[in-house]
Amino acid sequence: MNTANTNGTAKVRSRGLEVFYGEKQALFGVDLDIRSGEVTALIGPSGCGKSTFLRCINRMNDLVDGAKVNGSLTLDGDDIYHREVDVVQLRAKVGMVFQKPNPFPKSIYDNVAYGPRIHGMAADQAELDEIVMTSLEKAGLLGEVKDRLQESGTGLSGGQQQRLCIARAIAVEPEVILMDEPCSALDPIATAKVEELIDELRDNYTIVIVTHSMQQAARVSQRTAFFHLGKLIEMGDTEQIFTNPQQPLTQGYITGRFG
Amino acid sequence: MTESTQLIRSSDTRTAAQIAASHLKRRHAAERRFKAIGLSAVVVAMTFLGLLLFTILGNGLSAFTQTYVKLDVTLSPELLGIGEQRTAEALATADYGGVIKDAMYKRFPAAQSRAEKREVAGLISSGADMALRKALAANPELIGTTQTFWLVADDTVDMAIKGYTSRQTGQEGNRLSDKQLGWLAELEADGGVTRRFNSILFSSGDSREPELAGLWGSVVGSVFSLLITLAVSFPLGVATAIYLEEFAPKNKWTDLIEVNINNLAAVPSVVFGLLGLAVFLNFLGMPRSAPLVGGLVLALICLPTIIIAGRAALKAVPPSIREAAAGLGASKLQVVTDHVLPLAMPGILTGTILGMAHALGETAPLLMIGMVAFIVDIPASPLDPSAVLPVQVYLWADSPERAFVERTSAAIIVLLIFLAAMNLGAILLRKKFERRW
Amino acid sequence: MQLFILTAALLALISFGYGVGRRRALAVAGPNLRSLHSLPRYHGYLVALWCGLPALAVVAAWLAFEPSLLHALVIGALPADLAQLSDERLALAYNEVRNVARYGHPASSDSIAEAARHYASLRQTMFLSVAAIAVALAVAGLAAARARIHAGLRARNRVESIVSIFLIAASTVAIFTTIGIVLSLVFESLRFFQMVPVTEFLFGTSWSPQMAIREDQVGSSGSFGAVPLFAGTMLIAGIALAVAVPLGLLAAIYMSEYAAPKFRSVVKPLLEVLAGIPTVVYGFFAALTVAPFIRDLGAKLGLSVASESALAAGLVMGIMIIPFVSSLSDDVISAVPHSLREGAYGLGATKSETIKQVVLPAALPGIVGSILLAASRAIGETMIVVMAAGLAANLTANPLEAVTTVTTQIVTLLVGDQEFDSPKTLAAFALGLALFGITLALNGIALRIVNKYREKYD
Repeated sequence: MNTANTNGTAKVRSRGLEVFYGEKQALFGVDLDIRSGEVTALIGPSGCGKSTFLRCINRMNDLVDGAKVNGSLTLDGDDIYHREVDVVQLRAKVGMVFQKPNPFPKSIYDNVAYGPRIHGMAADQAELDEIVMTSLEKAGLLGEVKDRLQESGTGLSGGQQQRLCIARAIAVEPEVILMDEPCSALDPIATAKVEELIDELRDNYTIVIVTHSMQQAARVSQRTAFFHLGKLIEMGDTEQIFTNPQQPLTQGYITGRFG
Repeated sequence: MTESTQLIRSSDTRTAAQIAASHLKRRHAAERRFKAIGLSAVVVAMTFLGLLLFTILGNGLSAFTQTYVKLDVTLSPELLGIGEQRTAEALATADYGGVIKDAMYKRFPAAQSRAEKREVAGLISSGADMALRKALAANPELIGTTQTFWLVADDTVDMAIKGYTSRQTGQEGNRLSDKQLGWLAELEADGGVTRRFNSILFSSGDSREPELAGLWGSVVGSVFSLLITLAVSFPLGVATAIYLEEFAPKNKWTDLIEVNINNLAAVPSVVFGLLGLAVFLNFLGMPRSAPLVGGLVLALICLPTIIIAGRAALKAVPPSIREAAAGLGASKLQVVTDHVLPLAMPGILTGTILGMAHALGETAPLLMIGMVAFIVDIPASPLDPSAVLPVQVYLWADSPERAFVERTSAAIIVLLIFLAAMNLGAILLRKKFERRW
Repeated sequence: MQLFILTAALLALISFGYGVGRRRALAVAGPNLRSLHSLPRYHGYLVALWCGLPALAVVAAWLAFEPSLLHALVIGALPADLAQLSDERLALAYNEVRNVARYGHPASSDSIAEAARHYASLRQTMFLSVAAIAVALAVAGLAAARARIHAGLRARNRVESIVSIFLIAASTVAIFTTIGIVLSLVFESLRFFQMVPVTEFLFGTSWSPQMAIREDQVGSSGSFGAVPLFAGTMLIAGIALAVAVPLGLLAAIYMSEYAAPKFRSVVKPLLEVLAGIPTVVYGFFAALTVAPFIRDLGAKLGLSVASESALAAGLVMGIMIIPFVSSLSDDVISAVPHSLREGAYGLGATKSETIKQVVLPAALPGIVGSILLAASRAIGETMIVVMAAGLAANLTANPLEAVTTVTTQIVTLLVGDQEFDSPKTLAAFALGLALFGITLALNGIALRIVNKYREKYD
């Protein structure tokens, strides 16, 4: 365990965060701290704003026409939405894994090498090889693919594709990894593998995961935030949220009365 | 950062983020460059469009006016060669050209030699006698009097007045002789030269003389052709679309039809011209140069367009409508004719108008079936030989006279106005009936 | 005019038939309308169809066979001096007879005038008998159909089955068109290849069809080696693609990835305008403005440029096909799934990196397909090359020289006098067959590639 993980400083901090898609408001005044070295789970019913919040952190919402963000959102104390922030640089620090595995239609190797290549992280081929191998290993995929690194990434199974996407994300050496329902398109066995991976990764990365499954949130996260209708209802240690929720809404969701 | 996160070799002591940051400047420069290249491609394409339209407008707008020359004409029966007869037939065959020449000689008495006289007469168009014939036919009382007429000037005069050819005397290659230029200046000084709206352009057929050549024949030919095209391709196209989209079973036969339609859409139009020549003209013995055959060939060309647009429009009607109607006990055909077709009609019509616009601009296949002949008369039926607008453009573009460059551009302007109107109609139709399900 | 009256009369009978059928059905039904199987109007339709279809079929058949029938009858009864003529002259004489009889042209001789009178009277007799048969059929059909109306008659079903036959028939028109194209091209091409060997046409390097028109040496002296034509076509199409592919592709990328919505909504339709302008306008533009400009520019640079250079035609053709490339590329680029882009953006790729390294490679098959479609368009394009490319069949790769193309030659060979027994005219069909084959193959390949690509992302 790293000492930095336990000191509890906020890696990502939001204050009064509001998001609008055109006329429609998707987030209402969210105050939330995400600590480094922990897995933070965002849960809540569909359309509650948890994905919207996640996509604010690396400004993927910029790609949506008419999206507008108010309030403050900081990474290590720096405003993410500051005018002079370079989204390209931001996204190198805040990686993302998507709901559906989306490997590029390129070889496994090129998928992982893509990030380091565009960011100029490897001085030579040997270094790039090393990054690719290390990333694949960290993603727990190396054993399965090391003999076919030149085959297309789209030829892998769903679970392997998702772990490839995780390898692709960590090859850029991000500080934060955002995961948007990373297991929703996977079968239970593949899900178990990815969850295991998430647990291993939390030593080195700050992870924020959006999930539909409360069991998953309970399994992989240390802290959980519950969103409802664009508002943050409750935030706390995972154990506390699931065993002793403070808010009736949270309780209702956890016990399956709606959702 | 702990050691275990360090993917990058120890040779570089910077963190990943620092390394990434060090490359940012270069990468953003590449980004800006790429964007600029993309924008310049758009700009180049737009520039060409602008240049094209500018050239056409610049050359063609002046053709909408025409130079006229004022002349006092003595309508003596002797010169007209009609004696005491005042019958319509005598008036129709009278020598108006001679009267005009005589008036010109009187206007410029200095012209004495035969060559000079010919040059004087050459200032006025050989078709100027039409104005006199019309005036006398309307009012035979004018015979024997002297009247002032505004007569169409020759195309060489027209070009000089419009500034396309030099009016400086003593220059090599002038279309007007120095004497003619002098007379023209004299006429102008007396207020005897004017530019009026060019009604000839919109009322006559083709002519060898640029100042007498008009578009009306080819406009009528185009209208006849398009009517035939519409009458043939619209019902066939809609019927095919309905069959394929609503009735056809999914089998080899319908696959074959579909492949066929897609292929036909890609066949060069000149090949359709060969089909028209071999089948309609040679095999079926239809008349050459007729809008009937042109319309049939164009119908085959735009059939795939209408079918494809029709199918898309039918497909856009949601199945719930069909189910609702069928649930009320409507037969399959009733479902289509009562519900699906009316809802799809705006889309079908839009596609049809666009197909017609395409047919209006089509030239090559019509050349094959003889619509390239020189035709002076305005066609009275789709069986009469005729030109169409784009073929008229082609024919005039081939003519050497400077004045035909202007006429060609004017013909193009008229053609483009028709096309713009049709496309605008299609857009409005689409806007008006746009429906979101 | 007569035909017009006949058609009008038949149409009047048909609408009368509709009314008769409808009223009859109402009468049969009596007060209880529900006793009818079908609505009265369907009975009306059925009577109208019975009345109209046979009669109109007779008229249509007559229109189709009138020329050949008249030809046979008139030729069989020509005055003696005309009957002795050789086949070729006979055809000319017959043509004149027809023109005299139908369009009132002056006859050049008494025999012609006599034959024309015969033609006219035959035509009139035939028309009158056909008209009589048609009207009789219409009336009979009307009466028969009316007599059969009873309450249980499934008029709607019958009308619908007739309509569906019409629908099926309409959908076969596309097939018959293709058959017509193939047959007419193949048939005339075969005749051409009887006079000129296929090998000479495909591999010969000299093209000068004009000489072969001399009667005594049909097919022997004119040379029909089409290689310079194919080469010229490829040269001009190549120049066009070199202009259109980069411009169209970059424009498509800019429009779909960078342009603000407002910019796009203005410029995109303007770009489409380029595709809507008739090709004859481009031809005029090329001949009037672009070709002289290039020639003058070349002269300034000390290059000799033909006044009808391949470059001018190719350049203008390239402009014309920009919108084809850009709109097709736009389609395939926007078909690349959004998740792929997000994957790249999520890693911190810039927009251009995402486009160049993720979107374009993923869209490549589709883009290749659209380039092939544009190529087939360029090869089949006619008016621009007819007006701007010239007729000289040079075998050259120099874009500053004049070359000619397959389409130009087709038009040149067929505009003006046509003689369907001279290789000069028939050569156009052989060229048309080659053109048809090439464009069809290109389109087939392109569509296959594009469809495969679409399936991948469905």
